[in-house]
Amino acid sequence: MKPPLRRALVTGLLSLGILVATLSLVAIGLSGIANGQPPSGTSGPYPPVMDPDVAKGYYVAVLGDCVGCHTVPGGLPFAGGRPLVTPFGTIYSANITPDKDAGIGRWTADDFYRALHEGKAPDGHLYPAFPYNYYTRIGRADSDALFAYLRGLPPSPKRSPRSDLPFPFNIRALMMGWNLLFLDKGDYKPDPAKSAAWNRGAYLVEGPGHCAACHTPKNFLGAPRTSRDYHGGDIGNGWYAPDITPNKRTGIGGWSDEELFQYLKTGRNAHANAAADMGEVVAYSTSRMTDDDLRAIIAYLRDRPARADDTPAKPDPAVMKAGEAVYVDSCAACHRMDGAGSMAMFPRLPGSPNLQQPNPSTLIRVLLVGSRSLPTDARPTPTSMPAFNWKLRDEQIAAVATYVRNSWGNAAAPVGVDTVTRMRKALGADRRTLPDGYPTDMRHPNPETISSPHTDSRQNGTGQAGTAADGGGP
Amino acid sequence: MSEKLPSVDVLVVGFGWTGAIVAQELTDAGLNVLALERGRWRDTPTDFAPTFAQDELRYMWRHALFENLAHNTLTIRNNTSQTALPMRVMGSFLPGTGVGGSGVHWNGQTWRFLPSDLEVRSHVTRRYGAKAIPADMTIQDFGVTYDDLEPHYDRFEYLCGTSGTAGNLNGQIQPGGNPFEGARKRAYPTPAMRQAYAPTLFAEAAAKLGYHPFPQPSSNLSQAYTNPLGVQLAPCTYCGFCEKFGCGNYSKASAQTTILPVLMRKPNFTLRTEAEALTINRDSTGKRAVSVTYVDAQGREFEQPADLIFLGTYALNNVRLLLLSGIGTPYDPRTGQGVVGRNYAYQRTSFVNAFFDDKILNPFIGAGAHGMHIDDFNGDNFDHGGLGFLGGGYFGVLQTGARPIETHPVPEGTPTWGGAWKKAVAANYLKTTTISTHGGVMSHRGNYLDLDPTYRDVYGRPLLRMTFDYTDNEQKMARYITDRAADVARAMSPREIKVVYRDGSWDVVPYQTTHNTGGAIMGADPKTSVVNRYLQSWDVSNLFVMGASAFPQNPGYNPTGTVAALAYWSLEAVREQYLKSPGPLVRT
Repeated sequence: MKPPLRRALVTGLLSLGILVATLSLVAIGLSGIANGQPPSGTSGPYPPVMDPDVAKGYYVAVLGDCVGCHTVPGGLPFAGGRPLVTPFGTIYSANITPDKDAGIGRWTADDFYRALHEGKAPDGHLYPAFPYNYYTRIGRADSDALFAYLRGLPPSPKRSPRSDLPFPFNIRALMMGWNLLFLDKGDYKPDPAKSAAWNRGAYLVEGPGHCAACHTPKNFLGAPRTSRDYHGGDIGNGWYAPDITPNKRTGIGGWSDEELFQYLKTGRNAHANAAADMGEVVAYSTSRMTDDDLRAIIAYLRDRPARADDTPAKPDPAVMKAGEAVYVDSCAACHRMDGAGSMAMFPRLPGSPNLQQPNPSTLIRVLLVGSRSLPTDARPTPTSMPAFNWKLRDEQIAAVATYVRNSWGNAAAPVGVDTVTRMRKALGADRRTLPDGYPTDMRHPNPETISSPHTDSRQNGTGQAGTAADGGGP
Repeated sequence: MSEKLPSVDVLVVGFGWTGAIVAQELTDAGLNVLALERGRWRDTPTDFAPTFAQDELRYMWRHALFENLAHNTLTIRNNTSQTALPMRVMGSFLPGTGVGGSGVHWNGQTWRFLPSDLEVRSHVTRRYGAKAIPADMTIQDFGVTYDDLEPHYDRFEYLCGTSGTAGNLNGQIQPGGNPFEGARKRAYPTPAMRQAYAPTLFAEAAAKLGYHPFPQPSSNLSQAYTNPLGVQLAPCTYCGFCEKFGCGNYSKASAQTTILPVLMRKPNFTLRTEAEALTINRDSTGKRAVSVTYVDAQGREFEQPADLIFLGTYALNNVRLLLLSGIGTPYDPRTGQGVVGRNYAYQRTSFVNAFFDDKILNPFIGAGAHGMHIDDFNGDNFDHGGLGFLGGGYFGVLQTGARPIETHPVPEGTPTWGGAWKKAVAANYLKTTTISTHGGVMSHRGNYLDLDPTYRDVYGRPLLRMTFDYTDNEQKMARYITDRAADVARAMSPREIKVVYRDGSWDVVPYQTTHNTGGAIMGADPKTSVVNRYLQSWDVSNLFVMGASAFPQNPGYNPTGTVAALAYWSLEAVREQYLKSPGPLVRT
């Protein structure tokens, strides 16, 4: 229900005017031979597109994953209103449908370009929850294409709620200062020493893809700490966006190009299933990109400096033993005794970067409240991890987390019981019944229950797995 | 007064295996499909997650996945001289409710019928002469042949990822498979499950006696599998909680694990849960169904119009809906006239326990369709000359997991409670196995379904009344194959065996099988069948009735494979013929 500060509004593609000569990939991307093609029927959140000019803008929207932040789950696509929880307060995404009052129907293409480029809307400064510090790399031609696409959407008259920020953050003009400090305005500038694919990847990652918005830690003003680019970031609500540098233990260094490609294309590989925010990124954005664009992204990420490795503290053998007992009882059925899992269903645990992050919060969160991957066309099964909040005590969760972080060659700092206790409290996962509508990644499309919403288990998700059926929990 | 809703192309009533198959096929054909399901939405992570799926008390004993009998049940009697009484506690069979239907708690046993099963009257007449069929035995041919169904069996097995060893590939008998099966065009999609110790002992003993043991075809998968729709299943963990349970590990095929991930994303599909169909409404000619009236969980009534209607509400409910809607002539056992409710059949089961001293069998290792069987005494795989009965069944050690509350095998002569009983359970639990027989039931003039004159459901509608008993044919058949099973049990060299024939009248109390069949049977003649060979109503050509209600009699196999194959067979005709030219697919 409350996705953290991460990616947001609008995006773009390369400025064809500048780069078409060097990057013939763009033309492939937009020709729509195999993928990257706009849907002709309804496909996920994207309304069908027929006009080829508008189709170009569709692909820009895909690259930027605009629909993720600008849509309330189950709501009209691009109509905004989704709450983004930031350390400074809650910001609601804007309605970017062409409604004249509630949306951007009165905007000009110039207004739109300025919003992307400078973070300034006709009626004032935008907050960088809208990632204009990345979208500034998007060229004018792609900005115009995206604007044309958005203009063709069904308008929604629904106004987004006003953002709920305390003083002084409610003074939008303060963003001028933030921009002065942190906004490096301007189109992407290719590096002539690198290949076309590398440049394309760099553009996608640094620009419309705005990967750093989640995967780079933030300073106290919410700006990326560029010295630790892609080292991983706490994105709130218990999720930690992992290291995506070539570090072999915690980053993508242990994954082959093909495995990375499978992950971005289908949301699954032997190591991980994309859930929650990354599940949306895959479902709405990367799975719809061209294969060449995905390979360009991979080439660029591979070429970045790896996060320097650290030597984690050794776990207590008694805790490891307790953790193994929990693992055998509660985890081994799916993940197998040797942690091998099952391809694209139950992630493989040996070598898993997700398990070995310096910050264990994703692991603890998933153990407590479960998770569910988002379906993609290639992998429609919404695989899931059940919640253990009602079944395992804090000591057991800490022990099994420590165990999986330090078995089969894995190495990561032990997880303290107090960390689990804190997270359980923060997630409201200490009771059998979790708050309504939480967590958000449990949504399964579409069954209609006219009568009694509380008996529709879509409302529950694995977070309420222990109490989903009649007759109370176990 | 019911509220009339906007019309849809296709209305599916009941959202279990067949409902999901119909919706998947017809949304693929570009039609707008709406499914009504009386129960709730259910899915793997929310309703049977591995953290609590193996809760025997909740699922097995408190029936969390089954029909609510306080809401709706049926009345039961053995024959017309008795007064039928409502079934107030589940026993002999366990119909499901909710999304996925009974397919959520099935065992995953995925059989094909024998070619001769589908043409049983013609076959028996050819081999033994018309006199071999007793006058009151109302068996008839299905109206489809094994060759008609083969591609559709194949379709379902590849949807499920069924694990097995082929016994007959294109007419070539294969080692390790069932040599009696009809020819299959290709192998099972995944190899047979690995067998635990007791099924292995059974297979060795059966082979020693000259029989042909083979692994149970199983939709609890031996390995990970991605089906043709792109939906994934994971390897079975042999946890022993299939029958009466949903699978938490995505290892057992169900609508949830094979179709719904794709179907639920389609914009031309809608599922409406907690919507219980009351009647099928027709136009003034009576020959065309126009809508279904249903009631939601708040008691509001709606009328849902549609061009094409499919019933997939379970065999018993299909028959009841037809009777309540006045579609087709109700069967009358006195005259033998009429069709709706005719030829209700069931399954005839028995078992033999084998108690060992020297073998630890670890019976808790199990899966719903994990075991070894022989088919030497099924259908007409053996000469019935002089035996005085028709039909048969398979038997074998089906090790489904010896769940602790349910499983306490003790030798004959053990007290039924107290210290001695507990001691015997402890001594025998790990060292006992069971050979179970699974026999067919031929249809009989006196076994049928109609509406009860007295008892009504929560909406005031008459309950279905079941009149059923085993006939001399089934009793002789069961005696014969149970004795053969006992032969194999003895050949396993146990300390002792216990033979349970289950003689006498059919009893609704002990669980036997949820294989209720017939009542809306298929056939070639509208005088003796409710639906034609495409499962299309003879009376109302835009109404199709899916499910085991179509079986004219019940062969000695579990029905789901054939239920699904018939659904695919019917839908092929709908797509290729009916949609191009709506109307009766078979002229009378």
